[in-house]
Amino acid sequence: MSAPSGITRATLHKDLRLEWRSKDAINSMLFFSLLVVVVFSFSFDPSAEESRQIAGGLIWVAFLFAAVVALNQTWAREIRNQVLDAYRVSPAPANSLFLAKTLGNFIFVSVLEALMTPVFIAFYRLRSLGPVWQLVLVAVLGTWALVVNGTFFAAMSLRTRSREIMLPLLLFPISIPALLAMVQSTTAILGGEGARFWIVLLVTYDLVFTTVCLLLFETVLNAE
Amino acid sequence: MKRAFPILSVLTAILLSYALYEALVGAPTEQTMGNVQRIFYYHVPSAWTAFLLFFVNFGASIFYLIKRRPAADIVALVSAEVGVVFLTVNLVTGPIWARPVWGIWWTWDWRLTSTLVLWLIYVSYLFLRRFSSSGQTPLLAAALAVLGALCAPFVYFSIWIFRTQHPQPVMGDGGSIDPRMLNVLLLNWLAFSCFAFLVCWSRYRLETLQRDVDHSHALESLMDPRGGVR
Repeated sequence: MSAPSGITRATLHKDLRLEWRSKDAINSMLFFSLLVVVVFSFSFDPSAEESRQIAGGLIWVAFLFAAVVALNQTWAREIRNQVLDAYRVSPAPANSLFLAKTLGNFIFVSVLEALMTPVFIAFYRLRSLGPVWQLVLVAVLGTWALVVNGTFFAAMSLRTRSREIMLPLLLFPISIPALLAMVQSTTAILGGEGARFWIVLLVTYDLVFTTVCLLLFETVLNAE
Repeated sequence: MKRAFPILSVLTAILLSYALYEALVGAPTEQTMGNVQRIFYYHVPSAWTAFLLFFVNFGASIFYLIKRRPAADIVALVSAEVGVVFLTVNLVTGPIWARPVWGIWWTWDWRLTSTLVLWLIYVSYLFLRRFSSSGQTPLLAAALAVLGALCAPFVYFSIWIFRTQHPQPVMGDGGSIDPRMLNVLLLNWLAFSCFAFLVCWSRYRLETLQRDVDHSHALESLMDPRGGVR
């Protein structure tokens, strides 16, 4: 039995390599969020000041919907050839697998954000009045909040009928506080105001939900 | 146990009728809002009853995760179902009151918003129970119930900060409440809780029966693979 960190690293490595060769998740996420940007721009044609106020909500809604695309694929490839069953009978700790999957999704969604942000800036003529490093911090914390819950609920919805519909139904209600914090802090920083409270809230949310997901993941993985 | 159910039903019916009489006739009329305010005796107790049931759901889910007793799972299921119904009553009576008093059906005030989000969380719990295949449902649902219950404080806190930065309509219970009104309110809450308990109990028996029937069907088909009657 190898060390938990070794299993995490091996699984993460495998997922990254699979994604590097197929580019399924990243391509569909990119195209999807690009569509959201374009469709939104038809609904309102904002000035620079207006777009500063709506950008927070718009960016995060686009990323949230795009992340669901990646999250739905997380476990799908482990179902083929009964890989997940093999994992369950092996002595490898379940949490190593969960961490690897969460880190993998975190990387995918972060890459998406890094690629899409310039597009947002160009299309919506965005210019931040607040410090940019705070925006990066909010992006990291917010993405983690989405991804940790999303990976957990994706594992949960594997066991349900029509699992692709199930994931957003479970993920969105629980993510509302985190989403509110992301949107509010992004809007505040773009407008040059402080976002300290929302960042603290995001950190707390991340800590609580990461802990609980790690505690419950083994139960969900082995649910029979 | 079987005798207790009809007795409790009759008692609850009497209590509910008395509480209704007190709410419509007994309680003093509110000075500014008039009779519209009487919906308060339904609106508030139904929310409190729903919160109580969600606490029961949380406790039962944790108990199930530790002990894996099917009874705890059934308690969690029925309390969430009945809780969602009571919270729906709360969310429907709210706008009916708000329209004449505030002049609007809905506002994104923190109480309204957070109650709505709580309702969404528990509806998603019921969705999971409906969509997942029977064997694993209890464990998955219990895990979701724990996450949902932990989410509730975040919901309340974040929306409170979010919405108190904006001007909001004057809430009806901003000032002190007449003690007679408070008594009627508590009486109604008691009646509602008894009613909720009764519904949960009957739903519990129904669910137990349903599971027994499913179980014996499964056993039957195992014993006679041709599926016919011997």
